[in-house]
Amino acid sequence: MTGSRSRAAAVRATSALRVAAAMRVTTALRVTTAFLLATSLAACGSAAGPPGPAAGSTGGGGARDGRATELTVFAAASLADVAEQVSAVVEEQDPGVTVSISPAGSSDLVAQILAGAPADVLVTADETTMGRAVEAGAVEEPTVVALNHPVLVVPAGNPAGVTGLDDSLQDAVLVVCAPQVPCGAAAADLAGRAGVTLSPASEELSVTDVLGKVTSGQADAGIVYATDARRAGDAVETVPVAGADQVTNRYPAAVVTGTAAPAAAQAWISTFTGAEGRRILADAGFVLP
Amino acid sequence: MTSATSRTGNLPRPVLVVAAAGVLVVAVPVLGLLLRVPWSRFPELVTSPASLAALVLSLRTSAAATLLCVLLGVPLALVLARSRLPGLRALRTVVLLPLVLPPVVSGIALLTTLGRTGVLGARLEAAGISVAFTTAAVVLAQTFVSLPFLVLSIEGAVRTAGTRYEAVAATLGARPATVLRRVTLPLLLPALGTGTALAFARSLGEFGATLTFAGSLQGVTRTLPLEIYLQREVDPDATVALAVVLLAVAAVMVLLTQGGSRRRSKGRR
Repeated sequence: MTGSRSRAAAVRATSALRVAAAMRVTTALRVTTAFLLATSLAACGSAAGPPGPAAGSTGGGGARDGRATELTVFAAASLADVAEQVSAVVEEQDPGVTVSISPAGSSDLVAQILAGAPADVLVTADETTMGRAVEAGAVEEPTVVALNHPVLVVPAGNPAGVTGLDDSLQDAVLVVCAPQVPCGAAAADLAGRAGVTLSPASEELSVTDVLGKVTSGQADAGIVYATDARRAGDAVETVPVAGADQVTNRYPAAVVTGTAAPAAAQAWISTFTGAEGRRILADAGFVLP
Repeated sequence: MTSATSRTGNLPRPVLVVAAAGVLVVAVPVLGLLLRVPWSRFPELVTSPASLAALVLSLRTSAAATLLCVLLGVPLALVLARSRLPGLRALRTVVLLPLVLPPVVSGIALLTTLGRTGVLGARLEAAGISVAFTTAAVVLAQTFVSLPFLVLSIEGAVRTAGTRYEAVAATLGARPATVLRRVTLPLLLPALGTGTALAFARSLGEFGATLTFAGSLQGVTRTLPLEIYLQREVDPDATVALAVVLLAVAAVMVLLTQGGSRRRSKGRR
């Protein structure tokens, strides 16, 4: 009696479990289908919409006269803020143009463009990286739009008492960029001019990683760009290093070959090198070419 | 039933189609990577001093992290599966958090706790123990993100195994320690194998938390994933070659996780 009742209960429980499992599978399938649909729609959308007049008119924006232009600017991460501000100026001057900024490390940007990413303008953080795009014929002749210098920064209050690229670094935790990264090349150049060999605790993969370790107090000192030091505000102090202003990182900008909007791309670069662009660059701590 | 339908487990066609799409999502990018491997330069690329240093460091730290995961994770899984402690659900949530956290968040958690200015880190620093920028920091980061994988594997096995054998052993007069050593742990061996391999594979792939917490210095903290990310700046060929090395080691580990639990037909691939 008890046995059969418990068996019946077991059967009921099993079937209930099965139903629940089936429902879960159905939901999972539905979610998957929705996801697949959404992704394929998005893919179609981007495939159908390379930047240019056609994209503007199919994009459903206000302008239907075919004059609307969508401009995509691939900008080095350290220039992203500046590029946004320049784009605002461009959009104000020509309401038919919408600019979107895609910020990333310079190497990534070049790799993406070489792989056929739909960009109209490329701005990199150094000439070596831009050189790769030029060599591959992916961009037109570049123009240098801004310069940057490496600086030695310490956390607010300078807890380790760092006085420069000197013996004060002996017992301090120093963090720099790896030599493969543009800011690391600049740091190595700076050390070479000062005649010192740096022994960093870490060679970071990007300048933002170095800055993060200094602002968080992980590191006692770090070498970043003057613009990063400016951006960090009161969180860091800059320690003067002789010869730092002779080490320069040059930021070239170029129109991407075969862009659908060559005029707008050129106009964007012109705004960058013009009076408005120079004011924005100077505000951010860049040195003007 | 024809053999064709039994081979697909009598599943409805839509399920098979969606499953195939699922396989493609993962398989196509892996295939794409393999197609780009510069085989002629491969030996030279993966045996450069920087590559070897990164590979050796990765294997060493992953092994240490996996050992820590086993030592800490097995008791933890037993407690989660068997005990009736209050707040068990909250405990499990905390332990499983690293599974769902973005690696950089895991790194920030470690940094704000054990970094030089962190809650514990500052005290350790005062006592002359420095964790930041050391190989130990890498192992900590890997353990943090890998532990839940091991705990999940073991906990599931403990629950599935039930308590029958333990109960019998106890009625025969075995003490709890003997039951654990002679009955529970042997039953868990297959799951321990799976969990260990998973934890090792996850440690090997750890990137974000290591970068955020430990830093990146050749031979000290620059593991293989970090080296791959750095090589991307200068040598795409080296990036792909190292990526394949990591892929191969990870694939072997994942393959090992499928060994113990169930016998499967050979003709799957």
